[in-house]
Amino acid sequence: MDGGCSDDVTVEIGDEPHVLAVDDNLIDRKLVEKLLKNSSCKVTTAENGLRALEYLGLGSDKRNTMEGTASKVNLIITDYCMPGMTGYELLKKIKESSVLREVPVVIMSSENVPTRISQCLQEGAQMFMLKPLKQSDVKQLKCYLMKCRG
Amino acid sequence: MEVVQIQRRLVDYTKSLFMEGFLDGQFLQLQQLQDESNPDFVVEVVSLFFDDSEKLLNELTIALDQPNVDFKKVDGHVHQLKGSSSSIGAQRVKNACIAFRSFCEGQNIEGCLACLQQVKQEYYLVKNKLETLFRLEQQIVASGGSIPMIEMGF
Repeated sequence: MDGGCSDDVTVEIGDEPHVLAVDDNLIDRKLVEKLLKNSSCKVTTAENGLRALEYLGLGSDKRNTMEGTASKVNLIITDYCMPGMTGYELLKKIKESSVLREVPVVIMSSENVPTRISQCLQEGAQMFMLKPLKQSDVKQLKCYLMKCRG
Repeated sequence: MEVVQIQRRLVDYTKSLFMEGFLDGQFLQLQQLQDESNPDFVVEVVSLFFDDSEKLLNELTIALDQPNVDFKKVDGHVHQLKGSSSSIGAQRVKNACIAFRSFCEGQNIEGCLACLQQVKQEYYLVKNKLETLFRLEQQIVASGGSIPMIEMGF
Protein backbone atom coordinates (compact mmCIF):
# COMPACT_ATOMS: atom_id res chain seq x y z
CA MET A 1 0.00 0.00 0.00
CA ASP A 2 1.14 3.57 -0.46
CA GLY A 3 2.62 5.41 2.48
CA GLY A 4 0.70 8.60 1.76
CA CYS A 5 -2.27 8.04 4.07
CA SER A 6 -1.60 7.66 7.75
CA ASP A 7 -5.26 7.53 8.70
CA ASP A 8 -7.56 4.61 8.13
CA VAL A 9 -10.52 6.42 6.66
CA THR A 10 -13.95 4.86 6.36
CA VAL A 11 -16.01 6.46 3.63
CA GLU A 12 -19.73 6.25 4.12
CA ILE A 13 -22.13 6.03 1.22
CA GLY A 14 -23.01 9.54 0.14
CA ASP A 15 -19.70 10.71 1.48
CA GLU A 16 -17.78 10.34 -1.74
CA PRO A 17 -15.78 13.40 -2.81
CA HIS A 18 -17.12 14.98 -5.96
CA VAL A 19 -14.48 15.88 -8.53
CA LEU A 20 -14.88 17.97 -11.66
CA ALA A 21 -12.36 16.88 -14.31
CA VAL A 22 -11.70 19.20 -17.23
CA ASP A 23 -9.81 18.07 -20.35
CA ASP A 24 -10.31 18.66 -24.06
CA ASN A 25 -8.91 15.22 -24.93
CA LEU A 26 -11.56 12.50 -24.93
CA ILE A 27 -9.18 9.68 -24.09
CA ASP A 28 -7.71 11.60 -21.16
CA ARG A 29 -11.19 12.43 -19.89
CA LYS A 30 -12.15 8.78 -19.90
CA LEU A 31 -8.92 7.83 -18.18
CA VAL A 32 -9.12 10.42 -15.40
CA GLU A 33 -12.76 9.55 -14.84
CA LYS A 34 -11.93 5.87 -14.34
CA LEU A 35 -8.95 6.64 -12.13
CA LEU A 36 -11.14 8.80 -9.90
CA LYS A 37 -14.06 6.35 -9.86
CA ASN A 38 -11.68 3.56 -8.87
CA SER A 39 -10.74 5.75 -5.91
CA SER A 40 -14.41 6.04 -4.94
CA CYS A 41 -14.93 9.58 -6.15
CA LYS A 42 -18.02 10.90 -7.82
CA VAL A 43 -16.90 12.38 -11.15
CA THR A 44 -18.25 15.01 -13.51
CA THR A 45 -16.27 15.73 -16.66
CA ALA A 46 -16.15 18.85 -18.83
CA GLU A 47 -14.48 19.20 -22.20
CA ASN A 48 -13.45 22.83 -21.81
CA GLY A 49 -13.18 25.72 -19.38
CA LEU A 50 -16.46 27.34 -20.39
CA ARG A 51 -18.46 24.18 -19.77
CA ALA A 52 -16.65 23.75 -16.47
CA LEU A 53 -17.57 27.27 -15.37
CA GLU A 54 -21.16 26.76 -16.44
CA TYR A 55 -21.35 23.60 -14.37
CA LEU A 56 -19.86 25.39 -11.39
CA GLY A 57 -22.45 28.13 -11.63
CA LEU A 58 -20.09 30.76 -13.00
CA GLY A 59 -21.63 30.80 -16.46
CA SER A 60 -21.27 33.56 -19.03
CA ASP A 61 -24.39 35.29 -17.77
CA LYS A 62 -22.21 36.29 -14.81
CA ARG A 63 -24.96 35.58 -12.34
CA ASN A 64 -23.69 33.50 -9.51
CA THR A 65 -26.41 30.93 -9.07
CA MET A 66 -24.72 29.38 -6.05
CA GLU A 67 -26.00 32.03 -3.62
CA GLY A 68 -23.30 31.49 -1.06
CA THR A 69 -23.95 27.79 -0.56
CA ALA A 70 -21.10 25.32 -0.51
CA SER A 71 -19.63 24.42 -3.85
CA LYS A 72 -21.06 21.27 -5.41
CA VAL A 73 -17.55 19.94 -6.01
CA ASN A 74 -14.73 19.13 -3.61
CA LEU A 75 -11.94 19.27 -6.17
CA ILE A 76 -11.35 20.53 -9.67
CA ILE A 77 -8.71 18.86 -11.78
CA THR A 78 -7.93 20.46 -15.12
CA ASP A 79 -5.61 20.06 -18.06
CA TYR A 80 -3.36 23.03 -18.71
CA CYS A 81 -3.24 23.06 -22.53
CA MET A 82 -6.76 23.51 -23.79
CA PRO A 83 -7.96 25.55 -26.77
CA GLY A 84 -9.96 28.66 -25.88
CA MET A 85 -9.57 28.88 -22.12
CA THR A 86 -6.41 27.30 -20.74
CA GLY A 87 -6.33 25.50 -17.40
CA TYR A 88 -4.46 28.47 -15.99
CA GLU A 89 -7.21 30.88 -17.08
CA LEU A 90 -9.82 28.56 -15.60
CA LEU A 91 -7.85 28.47 -12.35
CA LYS A 92 -7.83 32.27 -12.21
CA LYS A 93 -11.59 32.49 -12.76
CA ILE A 94 -12.18 29.99 -9.97
CA LYS A 95 -9.90 31.85 -7.56
CA GLU A 96 -11.69 35.12 -8.40
CA SER A 97 -14.99 33.66 -7.24
CA SER A 98 -15.94 34.17 -3.61
CA VAL A 99 -17.90 30.91 -3.60
CA LEU A 100 -15.37 28.74 -5.39
CA ARG A 101 -12.00 30.08 -4.36
CA GLU A 102 -11.72 27.60 -1.50
CA VAL A 103 -12.12 24.61 -3.83
CA PRO A 104 -8.70 23.06 -4.47
CA VAL A 105 -7.66 23.10 -8.11
CA VAL A 106 -5.14 20.66 -9.52
CA ILE A 107 -3.47 21.36 -12.86
CA MET A 108 -2.34 18.52 -15.13
CA SER A 109 0.04 18.78 -18.03
CA SER A 110 1.97 16.46 -20.29
CA GLU A 111 4.80 18.97 -20.31
CA ASN A 112 7.13 19.57 -17.40
CA VAL A 113 7.69 23.32 -17.70
CA PRO A 114 8.98 24.85 -14.44
CA THR A 115 7.72 28.37 -15.23
CA ARG A 116 4.30 26.95 -16.00
CA ILE A 117 4.25 25.02 -12.75
CA SER A 118 5.26 27.98 -10.57
CA GLN A 119 2.81 30.23 -12.42
CA CYS A 120 -0.03 27.87 -11.53
CA LEU A 121 1.05 27.35 -7.96
CA GLN A 122 1.40 31.09 -7.50
CA GLU A 123 -2.11 31.58 -8.79
CA GLY A 124 -3.34 29.21 -6.10
CA ALA A 125 -3.29 25.77 -7.66
CA GLN A 126 -3.11 23.08 -5.02
CA MET A 127 -0.92 20.75 -7.01
CA PHE A 128 0.59 20.26 -10.40
CA MET A 129 0.56 16.75 -11.86
CA LEU A 130 2.33 15.33 -14.86
CA LYS A 131 0.28 13.42 -17.41
CA PRO A 132 -0.43 10.68 -17.99
CA LEU A 133 -1.87 10.27 -14.52
CA LYS A 134 -1.30 7.04 -12.65
CA GLN A 135 -3.23 5.32 -9.91
CA SER A 136 -0.63 6.44 -7.36
CA ASP A 137 -1.26 10.08 -8.34
CA VAL A 138 -4.97 9.74 -7.78
CA LYS A 139 -4.45 7.92 -4.49
CA GLN A 140 -2.41 10.92 -3.38
CA LEU A 141 -5.28 13.22 -4.37
CA LYS A 142 -7.83 11.10 -2.55
CA CYS A 143 -5.73 11.16 0.60
CA TYR A 144 -5.52 14.93 0.40
CA LEU A 145 -9.29 15.21 -0.09
CA MET A 146 -10.11 12.95 2.85
CA LYS A 147 -7.77 14.92 5.09
CA CYS A 148 -9.47 18.15 3.99
CA ARG A 149 -12.81 16.82 5.12
CA GLY A 150 -11.30 15.98 8.48
CA MET B 1 -5.58 -24.87 -29.24
CA GLU B 2 -5.84 -25.31 -25.47
CA VAL B 3 -6.57 -22.35 -23.24
CA VAL B 4 -3.21 -22.70 -21.49
CA GLN B 5 -1.44 -22.47 -24.84
CA ILE B 6 -3.32 -19.31 -25.85
CA GLN B 7 -2.64 -17.80 -22.45
CA ARG B 8 1.06 -18.54 -22.92
CA ARG B 9 0.92 -16.95 -26.37
CA LEU B 10 -0.76 -13.86 -24.96
CA VAL B 11 1.83 -13.42 -22.23
CA ASP B 12 4.71 -13.85 -24.67
CA TYR B 13 3.10 -11.56 -27.21
CA THR B 14 2.41 -8.83 -24.68
CA LYS B 15 5.96 -9.04 -23.33
CA SER B 16 7.35 -8.70 -26.85
CA LEU B 17 5.32 -5.53 -27.38
CA PHE B 18 6.98 -4.03 -24.33
CA MET B 19 10.44 -5.26 -25.29
CA GLU B 20 10.10 -3.79 -28.78
CA GLY B 21 8.93 -0.47 -27.35
CA PHE B 22 5.47 -0.50 -28.89
CA LEU B 23 3.93 -0.22 -25.45
CA ASP B 24 5.14 1.26 -22.20
CA GLY B 25 4.12 1.14 -18.54
CA GLN B 26 1.10 3.34 -19.14
CA PHE B 27 -0.60 0.43 -20.94
CA LEU B 28 -0.21 -1.63 -17.78
CA GLN B 29 -1.84 1.20 -15.85
CA LEU B 30 -4.82 0.92 -18.21
CA GLN B 31 -5.05 -2.83 -17.68
CA GLN B 32 -4.91 -2.36 -13.92
CA LEU B 33 -7.84 0.04 -14.10
CA GLN B 34 -10.06 -2.60 -15.67
CA ASP B 35 -12.35 -4.40 -13.23
CA GLU B 36 -15.65 -6.26 -13.01
CA SER B 37 -17.61 -3.00 -13.08
CA ASN B 38 -16.00 -2.17 -16.41
CA PRO B 39 -14.57 -5.37 -17.94
CA ASP B 40 -14.07 -3.84 -21.40
CA PHE B 41 -12.36 -0.69 -20.25
CA VAL B 42 -9.08 -1.23 -22.10
CA VAL B 43 -10.78 -2.14 -25.38
CA GLU B 44 -13.08 0.87 -25.04
CA VAL B 45 -10.29 3.35 -24.41
CA VAL B 46 -8.08 1.89 -27.13
CA SER B 47 -11.00 1.99 -29.59
CA LEU B 48 -11.49 5.65 -28.77
CA PHE B 49 -7.78 6.12 -29.40
CA PHE B 50 -8.06 4.43 -32.81
CA ASP B 51 -11.01 6.63 -33.88
CA ASP B 52 -9.43 9.80 -32.55
CA SER B 53 -6.04 9.07 -34.10
CA GLU B 54 -7.41 8.31 -37.53
CA LYS B 55 -9.32 11.57 -37.49
CA LEU B 56 -6.19 13.45 -36.47
CA LEU B 57 -4.03 11.74 -39.10
CA ASN B 58 -6.57 12.73 -41.77
CA GLU B 59 -6.58 16.30 -40.57
CA LEU B 60 -2.79 16.37 -40.53
CA THR B 61 -2.65 15.09 -44.09
CA ILE B 62 -5.04 17.81 -45.22
CA ALA B 63 -3.32 20.55 -43.23
CA LEU B 64 0.11 19.70 -44.65
CA ASP B 65 -1.31 19.62 -48.16
CA GLN B 66 -2.32 23.28 -48.10
CA PRO B 67 -0.43 25.88 -50.19
CA ASN B 68 0.19 27.88 -47.01
CA VAL B 69 0.64 25.45 -44.17
CA ASP B 70 -0.72 26.59 -40.82
CA PHE B 71 1.99 25.16 -38.58
CA LYS B 72 0.18 26.17 -35.43
CA LYS B 73 -2.80 24.12 -36.49
CA VAL B 74 -0.58 21.20 -37.43
CA ASP B 75 1.19 21.41 -34.06
CA GLY B 76 -2.18 21.44 -32.30
CA HIS B 77 -3.17 18.17 -33.94
CA VAL B 78 0.19 16.56 -33.18
CA HIS B 79 -0.07 17.70 -29.57
CA GLN B 80 -3.45 15.95 -29.30
CA LEU B 81 -2.08 12.77 -30.84
CA LYS B 82 0.97 12.88 -28.60
CA GLY B 83 -1.29 13.20 -25.58
CA SER B 84 -3.59 10.34 -26.51
CA SER B 85 -0.81 7.97 -27.48
CA SER B 86 1.01 8.77 -24.26
CA SER B 87 -2.14 8.14 -22.23
CA ILE B 88 -2.65 4.65 -23.60
CA GLY B 89 1.03 3.72 -23.59
CA ALA B 90 1.64 3.74 -27.35
CA GLN B 91 5.26 4.72 -26.86
CA ARG B 92 6.53 4.67 -30.43
CA VAL B 93 3.63 6.78 -31.68
CA LYS B 94 4.27 9.23 -28.84
CA ASN B 95 7.97 9.47 -29.67
CA ALA B 96 7.21 10.02 -33.35
CA CYS B 97 4.91 12.88 -32.31
CA ILE B 98 7.63 14.46 -30.21
CA ALA B 99 9.94 14.57 -33.23
CA PHE B 100 7.09 15.91 -35.35
CA ARG B 101 6.51 18.83 -33.00
CA SER B 102 10.06 20.08 -33.32
CA PHE B 103 9.65 20.26 -37.11
CA CYS B 104 6.40 22.18 -36.61
CA GLU B 105 8.25 24.60 -34.39
CA GLY B 106 10.88 25.01 -37.07
CA GLN B 107 8.16 25.41 -39.73
CA ASN B 108 9.95 22.75 -41.73
CA ILE B 109 7.47 21.35 -44.26
CA GLU B 110 9.72 18.55 -45.51
CA GLY B 111 10.47 17.47 -41.98
CA CYS B 112 6.78 17.55 -41.12
CA LEU B 113 5.82 15.43 -44.08
CA ALA B 114 8.48 12.88 -43.21
CA CYS B 115 7.27 12.83 -39.62
CA LEU B 116 3.68 12.38 -40.67
CA GLN B 117 4.71 9.28 -42.59
CA GLN B 118 6.59 8.03 -39.56
CA VAL B 119 3.66 8.65 -37.22
CA LYS B 120 1.27 6.91 -39.61
CA GLN B 121 3.58 3.93 -39.82
CA GLU B 122 3.94 3.65 -36.06
CA TYR B 123 0.22 4.12 -35.57
CA TYR B 124 -0.77 1.35 -37.98
CA LEU B 125 1.84 -0.94 -36.49
CA VAL B 126 0.61 -0.51 -32.93
CA LYS B 127 -3.01 -0.73 -34.06
CA ASN B 128 -2.28 -4.06 -35.65
CA LYS B 129 -0.43 -5.29 -32.56
CA LEU B 130 -3.20 -4.23 -30.19
CA GLU B 131 -5.90 -5.81 -32.34
CA THR B 132 -3.93 -9.06 -32.27
CA LEU B 133 -3.62 -8.79 -28.49
CA PHE B 134 -7.36 -8.22 -28.07
CA ARG B 135 -8.12 -11.16 -30.37
CA LEU B 136 -5.98 -13.44 -28.21
CA GLU B 137 -7.81 -12.18 -25.11
CA GLN B 138 -11.16 -12.86 -26.76
CA GLN B 139 -10.07 -16.39 -27.63
CA ILE B 140 -9.11 -17.04 -24.02
CA VAL B 141 -12.39 -15.70 -22.66
CA ALA B 142 -14.39 -17.62 -25.28
CA SER B 143 -12.66 -20.81 -24.15
CA GLY B 144 -13.65 -20.11 -20.57
CA GLY B 145 -10.20 -19.04 -19.45
CA SER B 146 -9.10 -15.92 -17.63
CA ILE B 147 -6.73 -13.24 -18.90
CA PRO B 148 -3.34 -13.70 -17.24
CA MET B 149 -1.89 -10.66 -15.46
CA ILE B 150 1.45 -9.66 -16.90
CA GLU B 151 4.25 -9.20 -14.39
CA MET B 152 6.70 -6.80 -15.92
CA GLY B 153 8.75 -5.87 -12.89
CA PHE B 154 8.58 -2.13 -13.65
